[in-house]
Amino acid sequence: MHKQDRRSLLSRATGLGSARKGVGHWWAERVTAIALVPLTIWFLASVVALTGSDRAGVVTWLRTPSAAICMVLLLVALFYHMALGLQVVIEDYVHSGARFAVLIAIRLACFALAGTGILVTLRISVGG
Amino acid sequence: MNSPTRHTRPLSPNIQIYRPQLTSVLSIANRVTGIVLSAFAVFLVIWLSVAAASPQAFATVQSVMGSWIGQLLMIAGVFSFFMHLSGGIRHLFWDAGYGFQLRTIYASGWAVVIASLLLTGATWVLSIYMAG
Repeated sequence: MHKQDRRSLLSRATGLGSARKGVGHWWAERVTAIALVPLTIWFLASVVALTGSDRAGVVTWLRTPSAAICMVLLLVALFYHMALGLQVVIEDYVHSGARFAVLIAIRLACFALAGTGILVTLRISVGG
Repeated sequence: MNSPTRHTRPLSPNIQIYRPQLTSVLSIANRVTGIVLSAFAVFLVIWLSVAAASPQAFATVQSVMGSWIGQLLMIAGVFSFFMHLSGGIRHLFWDAGYGFQLRTIYASGWAVVIASLLLTGATWVLSIYMAG
C-alpha cells in the first residue's frame, strides 16, 4: 500500500511538512498557558476565600464585574488549552480507528463546556 | 518500514525496565496532571451551573465537596494544579531558551516538586482557616 503524496514539489523539497499548522498549535498552547497563570491563581484564591460559603456568597462574588470578566476569560483560555493538550495526548497514544472520533469528540466537548460555562456565568452575573 | 524485523525490534527506552528519573517522571506527570485537571474543568462548569440553578442544587454539590472523599479529591486537584502550573512555567522557560544545563534541569525539577507540595499545603491550611 503506497499512499499518494499530495504535497507540492516545493513542499517535498523543503521537507518541512505542514509546519505552519503545528507552529500554530504550539503557539496557541503557550499563549493560553501564559493567560492561565494569572487567571487560575485568581480563581484558586477566590475559591479559597469562598470556602464554606453558600450559593449566595458565590452569586455575590460573580455579580462583581471583575469576577464575571475574569471567569469568562478563564473559561475561554482553560477550554482552549484543554482542547489543545488532550488533542496531543490522543494523537500520541490512540492509533486505532477511534482516533478521529475521539479527536472530534474532545474538540466538540471543549466548545460545549466553554459555551455552557460562559452562559451560566453571565446568567449569575446579570440574571435576576 | 516493511523489513521482517519491524515487530521484534525493541523499543527504546523500554519503559518497563528503564530506571525512572526525575526528568522523565516530571514529563509524564505534566501530562497526567493535565488530564486530571481536564476532569476538574468539567466539574468547574457543573459547579457554575448549579450555582446558577438553585440554592438546593448548589448545597447538594457543596456537601459532596465537603465529604471526606470530596475533600481528598479537592486536595488531589489542587496538587495537580500546582504541579501543572509550576511544570508549565518550567516549560515556558525552556521554550524561551533558558535552563537546559543538566544541573539546572534537576534544580528546576526539584523546585517544581517542592513548590507543588508547599503550595498545596498552604492552600489546604488557608481554606481550613477560611472555613473557620
